[in-house]
Amino acid sequence: MTVLVYLIPIALVLGLIALAAFLWSLKSGQFDDMEGAANRILFDEDDGPIPPHKPH
Amino acid sequence: MAECLHCGQNVPANSTGGAHFCCHGCAAAYHLIENMGLESYYQKRCLDPETQPIRPDENAPAIDFTSYVQTDDETTASLHLMVEGLHCAACVWLIETVLSRQPGVVSARLNMTTRRLVVRWRIGATDPQTLCASVSALGYRLAPYDPVLLGRESERQEKALLRAMVVAGFAAGNVMLLSISVWSGQGGDMNIITEDMMHWLSALIALPAIAYAGRTFFSSAIAVLRRGHTNMDVPISLAIALTAGMSLLETMRGSDHVYFDSAVTLLFFLLVGRYLDRRARGRARSAGEHLLALATGSVTVIGENGGKTIIPPAKATTGMHVLVARGERIAIDGVILSGTSDIDASLISGETIPTSVAPGDRVFAGTLNVSAPLHIETTAVGENTLLAEIVRLMENAEQGRAKYVAIADRVARLYAPAVHGLAALTFLGWVLLTPSPWQDALMTAISVLIITCPCALALAVPTVQVVAGGRFLKRGILLKSATALERLTRIDTVVLDKTGTLTLGRPELIVPEKADAPWRLDLALAYALARESLHPLSQSLTRAFDELGGEMPSDRGISVCDVNEIPGRGLRGSLDGEDVRLGNAAWCGLPLPSARRGTETSTEPRQSTKPPLGPEIWLRRPDAPPRLFQFIDSPRPDATQAVAALKRRGLNVLMLSGDREGAVAYAANRVGIADWRAGCTPSDKTKVLENLAAQGHLALMVGDGLNDAPALAAAHVSMSPSSAIDISQNAADIVFQGARLDPIVEAIDVAKQADGLVKSNFALSFVYNAVTIPLAMLGHVTPLLAAVAMSTSSIVVIANALRLARARARV
Repeated sequence: MTVLVYLIPIALVLGLIALAAFLWSLKSGQFDDMEGAANRILFDEDDGPIPPHKPH
Repeated sequence: MAECLHCGQNVPANSTGGAHFCCHGCAAAYHLIENMGLESYYQKRCLDPETQPIRPDENAPAIDFTSYVQTDDETTASLHLMVEGLHCAACVWLIETVLSRQPGVVSARLNMTTRRLVVRWRIGATDPQTLCASVSALGYRLAPYDPVLLGRESERQEKALLRAMVVAGFAAGNVMLLSISVWSGQGGDMNIITEDMMHWLSALIALPAIAYAGRTFFSSAIAVLRRGHTNMDVPISLAIALTAGMSLLETMRGSDHVYFDSAVTLLFFLLVGRYLDRRARGRARSAGEHLLALATGSVTVIGENGGKTIIPPAKATTGMHVLVARGERIAIDGVILSGTSDIDASLISGETIPTSVAPGDRVFAGTLNVSAPLHIETTAVGENTLLAEIVRLMENAEQGRAKYVAIADRVARLYAPAVHGLAALTFLGWVLLTPSPWQDALMTAISVLIITCPCALALAVPTVQVVAGGRFLKRGILLKSATALERLTRIDTVVLDKTGTLTLGRPELIVPEKADAPWRLDLALAYALARESLHPLSQSLTRAFDELGGEMPSDRGISVCDVNEIPGRGLRGSLDGEDVRLGNAAWCGLPLPSARRGTETSTEPRQSTKPPLGPEIWLRRPDAPPRLFQFIDSPRPDATQAVAALKRRGLNVLMLSGDREGAVAYAANRVGIADWRAGCTPSDKTKVLENLAAQGHLALMVGDGLNDAPALAAAHVSMSPSSAIDISQNAADIVFQGARLDPIVEAIDVAKQADGLVKSNFALSFVYNAVTIPLAMLGHVTPLLAAVAMSTSSIVVIANALRLARARARV
């Protein structure tokens, strides 16, 4: 049973770290625009050369 | 016809932007994007036909953004804006990229959900006007947005709820782990010291979590108790607080009856429900934002010496001389001093065809000046404008409806005192009538509280609503109000708006039954003129011409040259050296519409037999009498079936419209509505609904325009198509998507089924209580058993609600 003395605090601390991480991400606005974030990944700068589209 | 490479609109033949662009502004925007190497935007984007085209307007005056700039620290400043005209994620990408490439810009972030743009820059490196101009040049319209004033409060509450939910979830998980250890160790090899330590640890996690996460319920419970009422939050708070308090006592005594896990888990599930509920209604919060964004345009004032100054509408006063550029939304009420133009008053009247205006006519705030600059003398500003009047009507009407209370809360008013009374009675009974210590008596009383804990009751309505909401979402119906389903079950009248609701809000040319050769020839001639114009009726005419085959009659080539457009009147061109005109009656030299009806019989008998249906334009050509082209706003594809389905359900169907009588009668006849009223102002519509309510009728109002918003708020329950303007969507309880009307029927059916399920859920939880309460009062139930029983009843209620997801629609 003595192992509990280590395991329980470790479990709690890990849980608290996850909680703190979530609260931080919430505070930093990462949940503000779910729709935009889902689309944003498709519009990166490095998506390779694009065929030129000139008025003709 | 070619489409503009930038905005996707048709390119008129004499375009200022050349062969590929509809105007100079679009050409400039295209080259700007091309020069920045961002032309992939045109491949990525998908244009939304519901949104205004992204066409830069050179005449729109720049809004003075300087007063909205916030200084973040010594080196950076930021500006919060609302962007109009976003089509898809590609627009977000384009705006962000263009802004972040401006020198001095630190960051540019556009929230696609809320359409808010935050741009930060180093002070001195650039200025807000340059930044805004770079976005305006692409064709998007910017409005200043004050983050301090708007929407902050509800957003903050939503975030607080999410934080509380996460904290409760964390605590519930950990306490449950500890509890399972204790339970599995009981009777086994776990010694009493370890068990106590586990209990203390549970208390250490659970108590702060309850104190933090339970605030929503506690504060709400305290607030209603102060006013002498009860709601669902009172028994919930009491059960949680008592369970936690009792568990702490038991922990101190070193006893076994510790139920922190129950308290925290209950709290977690309740918070999940609250949060989902809040999210579903999240869209509603932008109501004020959009209204204020409309009002936060700017006013260009012309001074005594002819100099122009741009001021916020709040600073405008009556009697000012104001210039309204082409494409600008008017921010004040006034009278036109000079200039003729077309005004798009769809926001106020629901009428989608711009009306022509001339000096002396009144214009209203919120309307859009479509075709030419206007000089206006201000007659009303701010709170005195018609727009503000409509908003006030809407607010008044909404306050009336706020009295409606959800079934669950009404039940709780009776239920909570009964439950608390029983628990108190149990405690007193056990203390007075038995020799057991008061702690045991309190345990029994808590068992009663837990077993009657309104979980099943609290879940009865929300679960059904969540399931119904899910079923609605699949059909593109968004449920915004918690009590809308309950209200929908009791309606006996359906009130429909015409333009944009029953109809698609798009004018279609009426092709006569015998579209003979002369008519086709005239259409071809009209087409030759109309293709030069961006007026909705001209565009509708060119569309109809293309649909009819789009062929020029071969016997006679039509070559119209020197076409020019006179705003507010029509088009003029030259055919073989002679003058041809397309436009309103006066422009074509005809008498006024009222006088014309009588005289027309002799010249055009075929057309005069029909009442005036909708907008019309005339074609005047040199060698023949004028030709009339009539347009009709065509009904949604399933309007007739939907109206019939509503009638089959025994509902009265009524149509209210701000449109002219002829058009309303025609549309009513076509979809099968006998009871209709035309020419209604926003307050007329509200009055009709109030009269219905006074006669004891409960009405469902379906509408889309700002003119419907007060009526939507006044109705017992309201629906709005997703093509509606935001303000109406916000006033409505339910928003539906798509071009069809059957979501109305579907919503009524689902509401009726949901109502049945809510009632059976209440019945289930009452039966359960009737069986378990006496057992608990007699002390046959330990709190652990009570918690198990309570969970079981909750699961039964949820399972019952899930039946709604499987039920089939019977439209």
